[in-house]
Amino acid sequence: MNLVSRPHAGALVRFAKDHPELLVLSADLTASCEADDFRDAYPDRFVTLGMAEQNTVGFAGGLAREGFVPYFHTFAVFLTRRVYDQVAMSVAYPNLRVRLVGFLPGLTTPGGVTHQATDDVALMRALPNLTIVDCGDATDVESLLPAVHEVDGPVYLRLLRGQVPRLFPAGEPLRLGESRELSSGSDLVVLSGSVCTEQAIRAVRALERRGVSVAHRHVSTLKPFGDPELFATLAGARRGVITVENHSVIGGLGSATAEWMAGQGPGVKLVRLGVQDVFAQGASLPYLMAKHGLDARAIVRSAEDLLGGPLGVEPDELTADVTLPDEGRVEDL
Amino acid sequence: MSPASRAARPADVVRVARRIRARVLRHTLSNNGGYLSQACSAAELLATLYLRVLRLGPSIAPAVPLPFPGPPGPLNPLSFTGAGYNGPRAPELDRFFFSPVHYALVLYAALIEVGRLDPRGLDLFNKDGSTVELIGAEHSPGHEVTAGSLAQCLSVAGGVALARRMRGEPGRVVVFLSDGELQEGQTWEAFAALAYRKLDNVLVVIDANAQQCDGAMSHVGCIEPLGARLAAFGARVAELDGHDPEALVAAAGQAPDGRPLVIIARTDPCRGVDLLRQRAPKLHYVRFKSADEAAAYRALLAAFDAAEVGA
Repeated sequence: MNLVSRPHAGALVRFAKDHPELLVLSADLTASCEADDFRDAYPDRFVTLGMAEQNTVGFAGGLAREGFVPYFHTFAVFLTRRVYDQVAMSVAYPNLRVRLVGFLPGLTTPGGVTHQATDDVALMRALPNLTIVDCGDATDVESLLPAVHEVDGPVYLRLLRGQVPRLFPAGEPLRLGESRELSSGSDLVVLSGSVCTEQAIRAVRALERRGVSVAHRHVSTLKPFGDPELFATLAGARRGVITVENHSVIGGLGSATAEWMAGQGPGVKLVRLGVQDVFAQGASLPYLMAKHGLDARAIVRSAEDLLGGPLGVEPDELTADVTLPDEGRVEDL
Repeated sequence: MSPASRAARPADVVRVARRIRARVLRHTLSNNGGYLSQACSAAELLATLYLRVLRLGPSIAPAVPLPFPGPPGPLNPLSFTGAGYNGPRAPELDRFFFSPVHYALVLYAALIEVGRLDPRGLDLFNKDGSTVELIGAEHSPGHEVTAGSLAQCLSVAGGVALARRMRGEPGRVVVFLSDGELQEGQTWEAFAALAYRKLDNVLVVIDANAQQCDGAMSHVGCIEPLGARLAAFGARVAELDGHDPEALVAAAGQAPDGRPLVIIARTDPCRGVDLLRQRAPKLHYVRFKSADEAAAYRALLAAFDAAEVGA
């Protein structure tokens, strides 16, 4: 498996080089959010204000009012639940260029419910003016900063850290507002995001081997939810739509899809996979994805339900390596 | 900098403070409701800040406020803030941030009395579609931050102060705070950060009137000993009589020493309107309970007007 180590750390330093207005704000999770290389490279643009997220969000708003672009790095739970009113009033209402860089999205931490952001997208989608972008692989992470930097308003990011698989070619950067087409087909539509996309790729390959035609798209821009190609894909679904997200089924990708389908949709069933309106627990990602039904097996089961019978997919098929061969590091781009 | 306003004489401050009280009282009578006690506590503070402390240019905003242009956002190029009433932005000028926006009526009255807002602006107070809102927001005259969820303004002002420090601007960031906001944890996060970053370009003036929505602050929570607490957080603290303009001018004029400067202005929420004492401890919002009570306040307003003629 091709894993990229700490992709955000290097991407941030590279991007900041030509953007002197970019500041990094941190609340005691600097290395944990891969901002330590930035801190060492640009100490004058690194601002720590203590483990005090409410105040830091306000400072970010003040700095943005003065023309700086602060990137506040901390865990996603602390950028959403903990500071919701501060984000709403000090950043979102005045439509300021603040970047809320959230780590540990969904179930990607064994740290338990205090650290698992399973409702962050729901919260942030409810705030006007916010743009929300989720990452599915190392290429997404590496190309995220230039993709959102020019957005003239606040952006909430869901970052992956540590050893991050590369699913998409390094030369095909994330584009704001566009989903990625991973397979085309007409029986089923699968929309996936975050770490669920790797699972969905496995499931879709198994389904295609059984003759099921699947249109699979990876969705990174969750707000605004307006990719015309994504809508066209949904409109062409014949047997059903499956969404799978590293988040509660309330308020995230599945909800956004349901909202669109209810108004414009093709009149097929929608299955929303994700955390089913429960709190999770501290455990490994594979364990939690299996338990909460957002892995490849759950996607296959949902496809079987929509298509009306078992397809005979073997468990082994769903654990095969889906990452790209190592075709060049991002430093070479 | 506005040389004319900074050269204001002490008598001007007294007169403007009296007029702020009279204008808010008149408004409270005509609307049968208003934030009157806040005018009583803050009149000298705002008059002194505008006339003798703040370095501001003349207003660059329309004398009569424009209607609400819609909230800021990518589809609304017309949105604006009310900061223009405090003059233009310039490196050497101060920035004024008004946090307890439930006092908006008092700030509007102050802006009128120092010539930054047309008196007709107050006719738009709390009218549908107006920016002269009941609880001020960033589009309201004299406001720059949507601070109605209290204790957020100081953090935003801290960010502005940090940006000004990074750019080497000499102008100060002056924040008007209410004492009730000291019950919010975010306020203490902000003071800790201001001290940690050594932001001595920040001046915070606290209207310590010891009142909050439920009544006397001591019956709701405890922020005392406020001076000792703030000093322990690393602030440079001056504690004074908030109705003494000379004391405020002297304290605000101290040369920076690396610490954020905080002035605890002890104030009387009934100052100048003794009738209010009959309503204590519920002073947060005044609505007259009877025709007799309104008549008594009307007589007081007449006394204010007579004093104005005498002056």
